[in-house]
Parts: sequence; structure tokens; C-alpha cells
Amino acid sequence: MPKTIFSIALLAALAFVPPGAAAQTNSCLECHKGLEAELQAPAANFAQDVHQQAGLTCADCHGGNPALADEDKAKDKTFKGAPKRAQIPELCASCHGDAAYMRKFNPRLRVDQLSQYQTSQHGKLLKKGDVKVAVCTDCHGVHGIQTAKFPKSPTFPWNVPQTCGRCHADADYMKAYGIPTDQAAQYKESVHAEALFEKKDMSAPVCNSCHGNHGAFPPEVKSIGSVCRQCHPSTGDLFAKSPHKKAFDDLGQSECEACHGNHRIVRPTTAMLGTDDKAVCVQCHDKGSKGYQAAAELKTLIDGFEVQIEKERATLDLAEKKGVETSDAAFKLQDVNTVLVSAKNLVHGLAVDEIRTKLAEGDQTLNDVEKAGAAALDEARFRRKGLIIATALLALFGIALFLKIRSMHKPA
Amino acid sequence: MKALGRNLFAYLDERFKLQGLFAFAEHKKVPEHEYSFWYYFGGIALFLSGIQVATGIMLLLYYTPSIDAAHESIQFIMSQVKFGWLIRSVHSWTANILIGILFVHMFSTFFLKAYRKPRELTWITGFFLLVLFMAFGFSGYLLPWNELSFFATRVGTDIAGALPLVGTWLKGVILGGTTVSQATLSRFFWFHVALLPLAAFTLIAIHVLLVQILGMSVPIKLKDKKLKEISFFPDFIYKDALGWTLILVLIGVICVFLPWEVGKKADPFAATPLGIKPEWYFTFMFTTLKLVPSHVLFVEGEVLAILAFLVGGIFWMLAPFLDRKAARGERSPAATWIGIILLLYIVVMTVLTYTVPKL
Amino acid sequence: MERRRFINFFLGGSFLATLAAFLYPVIKYVLPPKQAEALQKKVAAGKVGELAPNSAKIFKFGATPGILVNTQEGQLLAFSAVCTHLTCTVSFEASTGTLYCPCHNGRFDMTGNVVSGPPPRPIEAYAVEVVGEDIFVSRKA
Repeated sequence: MPKTIFSIALLAALAFVPPGAAAQTNSCLECHKGLEAELQAPAANFAQDVHQQAGLTCADCHGGNPALADEDKAKDKTFKGAPKRAQIPELCASCHGDAAYMRKFNPRLRVDQLSQYQTSQHGKLLKKGDVKVAVCTDCHGVHGIQTAKFPKSPTFPWNVPQTCGRCHADADYMKAYGIPTDQAAQYKESVHAEALFEKKDMSAPVCNSCHGNHGAFPPEVKSIGSVCRQCHPSTGDLFAKSPHKKAFDDLGQSECEACHGNHRIVRPTTAMLGTDDKAVCVQCHDKGSKGYQAAAELKTLIDGFEVQIEKERATLDLAEKKGVETSDAAFKLQDVNTVLVSAKNLVHGLAVDEIRTKLAEGDQTLNDVEKAGAAALDEARFRRKGLIIATALLALFGIALFLKIRSMHKPA
Repeated sequence: MKALGRNLFAYLDERFKLQGLFAFAEHKKVPEHEYSFWYYFGGIALFLSGIQVATGIMLLLYYTPSIDAAHESIQFIMSQVKFGWLIRSVHSWTANILIGILFVHMFSTFFLKAYRKPRELTWITGFFLLVLFMAFGFSGYLLPWNELSFFATRVGTDIAGALPLVGTWLKGVILGGTTVSQATLSRFFWFHVALLPLAAFTLIAIHVLLVQILGMSVPIKLKDKKLKEISFFPDFIYKDALGWTLILVLIGVICVFLPWEVGKKADPFAATPLGIKPEWYFTFMFTTLKLVPSHVLFVEGEVLAILAFLVGGIFWMLAPFLDRKAARGERSPAATWIGIILLLYIVVMTVLTYTVPKL
Repeated sequence: MERRRFINFFLGGSFLATLAAFLYPVIKYVLPPKQAEALQKKVAAGKVGELAPNSAKIFKFGATPGILVNTQEGQLLAFSAVCTHLTCTVSFEASTGTLYCPCHNGRFDMTGNVVSGPPPRPIEAYAVEVVGEDIFVSRKA
């Protein structure tokens, strides 16, 4: 009788064991957690992995049976071990290229990464047997993979230059390929890097914005302009309508890159315009040519306007330092600055008359600012004059008081 | 000319009974001795308060106490209104100078033991006046509704909210709600232009009346000496006026070369600017709260510090009753030492706030 | 003149002169300034009938530019004209019925939401009120 009761009790107890408790033993993780260095890393990072959060385990990529505690038994027939580098893209694509499978997890994810990869320089070289090139895990990490929306992910915008730079900035590693290794360093000096790292503007371009990510390949000369146009469409349109377009096409010259560079794209200044050594125009236009004259004219127009703006800004700053409130005039100056930015953009169209008209729009406002600045400085002078008068009167009064006090202390 | 003056005086005297007043004024005497320099600070404080009332009333003409218009109205006063920059800068600078003068006045009367019998009520009304003027400073600081004032108010009211038992309720009453909002601005405006001026006027009247009736206190060590005396009216008044004239020159120079800034309009959703701190006269308490350890035994450090200030303030206010020696007319070095320690504490804590910002 | 009288005259005279020097700014302060009021909560952005359907105009809203749009259907809408990306001034693109920022190709729809491009936040929409002939724009509560 006691035995029966005991068995029933035991069975009942087992019935209450949460289902899947057996399935929760992941012997891979358990075992690897106790190992060291490289062998421990997969177990340590896997908890944050987006695949783990989707319910996948080690076996889904590596095979084997994680339910079995014994190492030899766990590494059964299906066990694949660590894949070789050349096998990695196809391993990842075995799920990520299967639309029906991916739909179960995130219907919005693309499933063409492998076919894109195969068109990339990395994919092409890998096919030829070069395992030094980047495969999926080099950019996405492995075992602790997170989406590009997470700031710690190597594919998060501001980490991308470092991720690509791990190989592309390593001169020794890249020696055999004969391509430059200064792109990341150059990019870091650019205005795009400033927007990304300092202004935290996540829409600023990084390596994959212009080169693509899975299908990474340097843009062809002909297509550089199209790539830049994605964010700078008005500039691109102006250029396309200008005489430069045909000239550049005939010469086989890249559009934007010829004057602005590719990685080290800095904030353009009027120093780029004109006919002196630093200007880009004289790279093609010789002295005496129509282009040379146009360059000189554009420089005079834009420089002149910019110099005036700087002059007014200095006046307003001086007035502010002297204590006079100038925010109304400063606001107008902002407007004028917008005109200048538009005019600089119009330079790409090379229509001198259009630029002249645009600048004329700002002239009226600039005049107003000049008047306001002069008035502010006058006000500063007025205040100081007023102070001198008031102080003089107070001093006189003070002297009068002093004399009065002294006279009262003297005996009558 | 002289006859006109005499006729006018006679006319007013018949109706206002001025003779008695003038007789009293002529008889009041002010002793002169090595410490009588300190007598002027009360009058300077009164004069500066007068400037605050006058410039404050002027600012009322163009200021709007609404979060959509407050900052803009200050901007307007500083840039569009003739001499608006001057009226506003005088008001802001004088507020700070006045509070500094009040501390000087308070400590000089303390060290000269002027609080002793029969001047206990003068000391107590003075104590409350200091509290009122610091409240003036706190409420006025919010009115321009700029970044600094918004966050300084938030930090300051958070501290009030840390008091045990009454904290949350008190904070709600001060703010007019749970956060710094339009309700707070309206309330602070009311405090600043109505409630506090009424209270201050009443206390100042009592305080000045007591000073007039009881005359100037003479330091204990000189009390048996035969001192030279001058009449309050007009001699002392002329000397007062000379001091006031010098202060006006100082204020004028400061306001022309260092006009008070308009600042950036407050944005409740912006992050608190780094290194935010209250106006300098609150910084000794602010820094104390920063330095206090987070827990002392089982009590939260901040709460302990706030209670210490409250209790300390009450003791300070009761100085006339606690200092038995001074009440008897005897020298009281213990009180002097307490005063010195407190003064040093305030000075050191204030200086620390600005010299070691990363506390 | 006797010394005592001189001192009294000097005292009285300098006092009156100083008083006058103080009253001058007070009087100038009280006299109404040229611009009647401080920044208005409500701004007159234009007149009824001024804008054809499917067009817009820029107006000054306090210290920043605003844009008043008359949609194809004749509805009057107003927005801040400051792009939320890098503060360039947006314009109304009639062909698409959107607010377009030429600097980096940012685009907003008629609710202020970002349609495409780099702007990180929607553009602020203002409240429009027509009083007689005038169109008034104010910040939404």
C-alpha cells in the first residue's frame, strides 16, 4: 500500500514538473560556460543574441543534440561543429535566404542578402577561394548578434566605419589587394563624420550608405553622382543642367567626386571657387578661358557677399559684447545666411545670372542688418555717455554732501 | 522764497500735526565710535529695497506672467523699450547686491550683539525679513522663464519636497501643482509682486519703527564710555545719503558694462543643463546638500541637512534669548565664536560651489 | 556769498540735477515704444484670398519662419518652416502636396509627419484661425 501511494505521488509530482523542463537543458551552453577564452565566448555572449531571443539554440546552426549531457553523445551525426569561413555565407543564408522560414520570425526582413553578397567584391573573391575577405560574421558578429538598431551592434551607423576599418584600415592585412587603406581615417575628417559622431545625426552617410552593405562594391565613376544625389538632389539637378555634365561625361570624370573627394568630403568653402592655387576650377580651366573667367566672377560674387555677412556678424558681436541686445538683427542675418547657402548651391548650375539674382534677394536684408548693427553700436555709445553724465552728477551731489557734512561738524 | 516755504510748512503742520514728529526727529541721536561704520548698512538695505520697488513697478508695465510671453516680454524690455535694459539690469543686479548687504547687516548686528535686550524684536523681524528677501530672490528668478531659472526652480523645489512629512504637500503648494508650470509662474508672480511686498512692508515698518524708538545699539565694550553723538536728522541722514550716492554710481557702472542676460527660453522637455545651481545666496546650502553623505545611520543625508538648516535657523533667530550674557550687558565671546564659525561656513561653502564645480 | 548758503545751494542744486537725470529714463521708459508689444502669441500670417489653392507663403512667427499653406481642397494649414534635420527653411511642393526641404531631401506631409529623408522628428504644426479678412496663426495649446 505505501509503495502504491508513493508511486502515485511520484507520478503526480512528475506531472507537475513544468513541460519542456527537459528541453531547457542546453548542454552546449552548460559545457562551454565552464571552458576558457575562445571556447567560453559563445556561451557568454549568446544570451544577448537576437537568434536566442527568437528561440533558436546552438543546434540550429551547429547541429548536435543539446538535450544530451554527455559530450560525445551530444555531438551526434547532425553535429557540424564550427563552420569554415568559406561556408559561413551559405550557412546563414540557409535560413536568411528562405522567405517562408523568415516570415515566421520577422516578415519585413529581406532574404536576398546572399545574392547581393555574391555580387560584391567580398563575395566574388570568396568564390575564388580568398578567405581573408569579410563574411557575415565579420560584420555582424557571432553568438551575440544584435540588429543595427542597437548602439552596441557593429552594424549600428556610428560603429560601421570601425567595423569596415578592422580590415580596410589595416595596411598589413590589405597588402595583397593594392587598394588604399586610409578611407576610414579620411572619412573621420569629413563633414559626414562630424554630423554622425558630433551632432549624433543618424541619417548621416557611413560606408554602407554609398557602398552598399551586402552588395558592397565601390560605385562606378558614372554612378557616383547618383549616389550623392540620394541626399543632395537639388545640387545634383543643378549639375545635370550645367555645361559641366556633358564635359564630365565626355572625359569619363566622376561628377561630385572630382571636386569634393570621396571619403574626406569636407565642408565646402569659397576657397574651392576661383582661380588661385587652392581652387578646384583651375584644375581644368586654363587662364584666359571662358571657364576661368566664370570662375573668377563667381568667386567675386559669392566671396563679396560672404565677406559682408561676416562684417555684419562682427558688428553685431561687438554690440553684444558692449551689452546691447541684437537678437532681432541676428535673426535677420540667419535669413541672409540661408540666401548664401542657396547661392553656393546654385554654383553647381554655373548660371551666373541666377546666382546674382539670388544674392540680390539677400541684399535688402543685409542692408537692414547693417542699419540695425550701426544703431546697436550707437546705443552702446549712448549708454556710456549717459553713464558718464549720471556719474558726474552723482559725484557733484556727493561732493556737495561731503561739504555739507564737514560744515556741520565745525562749531557754528 | 523762504516765506513761501514757511507758509507751506505751517499749512501742513496745522493739518498733519508735524511739530511733534520734527521734535522727535531732532532729538534722536546717533553715537559715533570705531564701529559706527556698520550702522549704515541697515539704511543701505532700505535704500536698495526702495530701488527694487521702483524698478519692479516699472517692469510690471511691460512684463507678462505667462509661459508663452514671459521670456518674450523680457526680450522686449531689453531690446525695444527705451532704457528697458537699464531698469531690468538695475533690478536684477540690485537684488543680488541687496541680499549681500542684508548678510553684512545681519552679521554686523550679530557681532555687535545689537540683538540683546531691548532689541530682541528688531532682531526677530530682521530674521524674517532675510527669509522674505531670499524668497523674493527665489520667486523673482523664475519670472524671466529662461533655462537657468526653470531648472534652478525645479532643483530648489525638489529640495523643499525632501522634507519629511510635509515635503510633498509643501512642494505642491509652492509649485501650484506637481511640476514647474504655468501655475508655478502665476503663483511666483503673485508671491513676488503682492504677498511678499505686503509682508516685507509690514515687517520693515515694524523694524524701522523699533530702530527709531530704541535708537542705535552701542557695542557692549563701549557701553560705559562717553561717546560723541550726532543728530539723526539731518546729520546722519546726510552721511547715509553719501553712502547711497556711492552705491548708485556702482550700480550704474555695473549695469552699463554687464547688463543682465536674457538667456534661452525655458524648455520643460530639455535635459537639465550641466552644473545647474541656484543663485549665489543659496549656494552654501546647495553645496552642503551635495557634500552630505547619502545616509547617516538610518536617516537620508539630505533630509538631515535640511532639518539641520531649519533647526539652525531657529536657534539663530532665538539668539537674543539664548545669549544670556549679552542680555545682561556682559561680553559674550561664545556667541561671537558661533557667529564667526557660521560666517566662515557660509563663505567657504559659497566659494567651493564656484571653485570646485565637480562636487 | 556766505559759505553756508553756497553749500546749501550746491546741495539743493546738485540734488535736483541728479533727480532730473534719473527722471529722464523713467519718463522715456513709460512712453510707449515703437513696436507696440512683445512677441505675440498670435501672428497675422496673411489675408483670406491671398493664397491660391495648392500654394503657400512664408511668414514670420516670432523669431522663426513659419509657412502658411492653402491646400488643394482649400484648407488653411500652418507649420513651422524650420526643418527638424539641420534647420534649413522648408517650402511647399505643390506637385506632391508636401513640405520639402531642399538641403538633404527631407519631406513632411500635411500633418507635419516625416514622409522621407533624414529629418528625425515631425515638423511643428500651428493652429490657424480666420477672423474676418485676417488669417491668424498661433502655437497649439
